[in-house]
Amino acid sequence: MQLILESLFNGAAIGSVLLIAALGLAIVFGLMGVINLAHGELMMIGAYSTYVTQLVFRLPALKFFYSTYVIVALAIAFVVSAVVGILLEKTIIRRLYGSPLETLLATWGVSLILQQFVRSVPLAYASGLIVTLLIGLLSSFFLPENILKYKHKKFVKLITWIISIFSGLLIANCLSSTISKLGRASARNVDVTAPSWMRGGVEFIGITFPITRIVIIVITIISIIGVTYFLNKSVWGMRIRAVTQNRSMSDCLGISTEKVDVLTFGIGSGLAGIAGVAVSLLGSVGPNVGSNYIVGCFMVVVLGGVGNLLGTIIASFAIGIMTDLIGAGRLLTVWPDMPDSLSTIIDFFATTSMARVLIFALIVIFLQFRPTGLFPQKGRMVEG
Amino acid sequence: MKMSITKRLFAGLGSIAIGASLTACDGGNTSSGCEDCTESVTVGILHSLSGTMAISESTLVDTEKMAIEEINAAGGISVGGKNYEIQYIVEDGASDWPTFAEKSKKLIDQDKVPVVFGGWTSASRKAMLPVYESKDAFLYYPIQYEAQECSNNIFYTGATPNQQSEPATEFMFKRSPAAGKPFFLVGSDYVFPRTSNTITKEQVKALGGSVVGEDYLPLGNTEVAPIISKIKKALPDGGVIINTLNGDQNVAFFKQIQDVGITPKNGYYVMSYSIAEEEISTIGPEFLTGHYGAWNYMMSINTPASKRFANNFKKRWGSDRVVADPQESAYNMVYLWKAAVEKAGTFDDNEVRKALVGVKFDAPQGPVEVMANHHLSQTVRIGQITSNGQFKILESTNGPVSPQAWNQFEPSSKGYACDWTDSRKGERYRL
Repeated sequence: MQLILESLFNGAAIGSVLLIAALGLAIVFGLMGVINLAHGELMMIGAYSTYVTQLVFRLPALKFFYSTYVIVALAIAFVVSAVVGILLEKTIIRRLYGSPLETLLATWGVSLILQQFVRSVPLAYASGLIVTLLIGLLSSFFLPENILKYKHKKFVKLITWIISIFSGLLIANCLSSTISKLGRASARNVDVTAPSWMRGGVEFIGITFPITRIVIIVITIISIIGVTYFLNKSVWGMRIRAVTQNRSMSDCLGISTEKVDVLTFGIGSGLAGIAGVAVSLLGSVGPNVGSNYIVGCFMVVVLGGVGNLLGTIIASFAIGIMTDLIGAGRLLTVWPDMPDSLSTIIDFFATTSMARVLIFALIVIFLQFRPTGLFPQKGRMVEG
Repeated sequence: MKMSITKRLFAGLGSIAIGASLTACDGGNTSSGCEDCTESVTVGILHSLSGTMAISESTLVDTEKMAIEEINAAGGISVGGKNYEIQYIVEDGASDWPTFAEKSKKLIDQDKVPVVFGGWTSASRKAMLPVYESKDAFLYYPIQYEAQECSNNIFYTGATPNQQSEPATEFMFKRSPAAGKPFFLVGSDYVFPRTSNTITKEQVKALGGSVVGEDYLPLGNTEVAPIISKIKKALPDGGVIINTLNGDQNVAFFKQIQDVGITPKNGYYVMSYSIAEEEISTIGPEFLTGHYGAWNYMMSINTPASKRFANNFKKRWGSDRVVADPQESAYNMVYLWKAAVEKAGTFDDNEVRKALVGVKFDAPQGPVEVMANHHLSQTVRIGQITSNGQFKILESTNGPVSPQAWNQFEPSSKGYACDWTDSRKGERYRL
């Protein structure tokens, strides 16, 4: 009982990290068919925004709320990554729809640029840039309609951008002057420290469950519920599904596919940001944090069946439980007197490196028999 | 043709950007004042300034620049009655091993530097080695490493396993609070941890202890949950964990072992070979307090030489910076090169190489001496990490320990040694 519970929990813990990282990709890659190699870097941006949020909450004025910073960081990371994702979609990916190879190369290039960007630009200025983009992009939503209809529309837009640049600079200067760590460019990995209530573990029937892992599982569950609800119940979710199933027909029926694309990509990127918060709680935050996860993300999405959220969920938990069973050598404990020949083989694979090799091999074999994954998408898109 | 304002603006910005990048990328020789010098000599510095390793390697560039500036300020190198100012060319290895080889060729052939200070990872050294051997040039390599190598064209100023891991294992087995308890070995999956752990296993066996488990994390993977389950299963009542994880994998490891109660309080002691002051401040001392480290140099060494080194570094590069063992090795190698050149009386490679053996230097860690196998005799220290991010030095060897290029615990190299002063012995001879 104890063993099963521990295995299940560890599997869920590993799986939830994979899942939260892959969830955004499942939307971008699964629903839109965009191979976004910069997905990992969107996670990295989420992780860095957690770091910045943490430092801001250490300021004397906000010290009282320090223990809640992770919750605020989730919202901030979502918005920041979504803004960067939308910018990416509007400037690059939009022009490359339908040419997967070029998208792959272009997004890989973007991922390199973003990695070097965080190495060589002080975080304070990066935050300023994000604020500028945020205000600049959102201002058109908040301005009253009649101002935009005014004949000097260009002039109004110029002014909003000037205001947003000004506020971006203001934020950048405030951050760099109050928090010296943010004022300098550094390629050094930085550390996000969980607030004290998230450290340590809970004892339950003799097993210690680390609280950070529990928090990540909870974040993952909430994100899945949110995404499922949004896709199935909201109007925009319906439009997204319609465009996924048949783009030209939806276009004919009056759905703005352009807006749907931006929205889908924005949500996918935002989820990457949330994943960034989760991974920052486990390890350190650095320029490479995202590229460590990108292969795993694609693996989960492909195994689960492109375009199917349920498949992604099951695939990531299956991989999580398998990693734990094989990598921690649990089979030997369950069945202590197995034949020698079998136990040597299991022992051989009971290291993290070999477990990975075995899991990849199993996935390759599985995909030979079901090339479209666990739950293949049925519909016109697949046939067409 | 009339240009719109935006177009002009773009054109203007564009030309500024091009101009700026031309000036910035011009690179070239950089010098720093030596008043009495009439001549100058240019050396090569080759570390990663971009990519994954830039974080660590840039600290070495900073230290080497500081050492060169110090030497220049003190009158440069005097050879044949003339004073030479040291200038340097910094090349970026970009965390990419073939680039290290390529840039080495460039420094040797095109810039004709007499010496290159460079490298960090064993992979970069292995990539550079054939270049230096074929061109008969000289590389100074400053990082503690797995040894089992002894080139006539490389001078290794970092620790060999018998100057770091062996005394550390002995300490953990005999004198630590977990003395006599079983060992568990954790490392990143590449050459240094695997070689180092093979040595540790043999040594623990020789000491009469037991290694109950061993696991490696693939580079880039930070999922440590399976390893933690294994440790808990293998060491139910505490024990010694020997850690050779690399870089940010350490952060994930230490954060998560604390959450499940693998702490000094519960009888688990981690001895790490890749965690120095720099890494402690990144990981956060709160996760490391009470665990151990083994190095030749620790910032907390309380001698005037050590304090001067740390203070000069802070003065030069910022008061929040720390110095650590790899930097000290990098600092030493510049001074040792200077001493060897002055002893040889020429910049000629072969003469300097001969003169190098036997050169002594009062390093921040204490006296060091270049041995016949192109490694350095160094003092070994065991420290316990304190809550302020420093090591509390628990013990140090009586004077410098001689380096062993070929390990005496590892069966394949047992009984071999290296000696470049004797042409009949060379790279590998039977003792």
